[in-house]
Amino acid sequence: VDVLVVGAGMVGAACAYYCAAAGLRVGVVERGAVASGTTSAGEGNILVSDKEPGAELDLALLSVRLWADLGARLGADRFELHAKGGVVVARTDETLAGLESLVARQRGCGVDATEVGAAELADLEPRLTRDVAGGAYYPQDLQVQPMLAAAELLRQARGRGATVHTGTEVVGFRRHKGAVTGVRTNTGDLDADWVINAAGTWGGRVADLAGAPVPVLPRRGFILVTEPLPPVIRHKVYTAEYVANVASDDAGLETSVVVEGTRAGTVLIGASRERVGFDRSMSLPVLRRLAAQAVGLFPFLAEVNVLRSYLGFRPYCPDHLPVIGPDPRVPGLVHACGHEGAGIGLAAATGHLIAQTLTGAAPDLDLTPFRPDRFA
Amino acid sequence: MTTFSFAGKEITAAPGQSIGAALIAAGYRSWRTTRHAGAPRGVFCGIGICFDCLVVVNGRPNQRACLTELRDGDEVEPQEGTGHVR
Repeated sequence: VDVLVVGAGMVGAACAYYCAAAGLRVGVVERGAVASGTTSAGEGNILVSDKEPGAELDLALLSVRLWADLGARLGADRFELHAKGGVVVARTDETLAGLESLVARQRGCGVDATEVGAAELADLEPRLTRDVAGGAYYPQDLQVQPMLAAAELLRQARGRGATVHTGTEVVGFRRHKGAVTGVRTNTGDLDADWVINAAGTWGGRVADLAGAPVPVLPRRGFILVTEPLPPVIRHKVYTAEYVANVASDDAGLETSVVVEGTRAGTVLIGASRERVGFDRSMSLPVLRRLAAQAVGLFPFLAEVNVLRSYLGFRPYCPDHLPVIGPDPRVPGLVHACGHEGAGIGLAAATGHLIAQTLTGAAPDLDLTPFRPDRFA
Repeated sequence: MTTFSFAGKEITAAPGQSIGAALIAAGYRSWRTTRHAGAPRGVFCGIGICFDCLVVVNGRPNQRACLTELRDGDEVEPQEGTGHVR
């Protein structure tokens, strides 16, 4: 094949789709099942609202356009793509001042953002607490069902000739004169002109196997799932503190409430962040805190049952930017990993830009901020 | 004996029985309809995991019949859809 994608999560599926659509012959290897890693352990966020101006926001703005395009061409209902918009809530005047400043800076970068007062917040979200200082509305924010989206993009790639090998783990790389020429797997060798590392939180291990390390580390997050409800929460709703937590370097537990309804009726409640390695153990204090914060935002949730919880590992890099593009240290190796909690949203732009790069087209966005060798 | 009502009918049960066990003993096999297709549901796993056997107990929806212990005088109703009024 021309391109071998390692990882069949959201980012790997997007890489496979855009490369196949650009006419490249594509193979995908995945050690587990499609969407079995972080893709099935998050909320399906496609957000511009939570990003400070900079390279990641530029990537997000490109990605929301591409996601809307994917929905229009492939059928938004096939992966529950919903242009529901985001509502950010400030509970105190101090937080509101920070949010207003963020809104102004984001608007300068092309984000569609509007400050909304307490009365308008009640119109946007009738069940929201009235104890608010103000907020902001972001019509560009989208929601998607990530497992359906990954499966659909892989289906589309297969329709263009791609092959997908699940249950196939990369155990090493094939090389010629220092360049990567394929992978060795538990079921045999596969040759490729380019190997794309889309292994998400495990991208650091794949990079090590290739001899081109990238510092991708896990950040654990829990999500609560409520019983199905009629559609009562209309937008993606979160508190302004979420933006600060996403960008934080604190190793300890951080929680900021993010609440959204799903097509199935369940309400998802996030989001916690902890640096505890790949520890999968349940943490009751974290779940309790998430629930309490959600009730603070939507008081009616106090009477709603939680069905279950799940956790995932968000792949973060020290500078909170993903790693995207060819690795100058090892010819033939390309990275598409380290998107932290934004991988679903940023997947479309990541796949699109990599396909442009590998076909010799000028990428729509400068990949320099995401270069793999920036950490030395 | 414990007495409760199901869909307005009075039913007697052994003390300590779950609502699900009492309904099955009284001959009921399904008492909920699904949200989209309106398909019938009753006890499936019987251990609180599947959320298939939901009933409305004393006005509160989404109670798992298999786990909820009957109390004398409980008013149990079949559940349609989410059980929440739209």
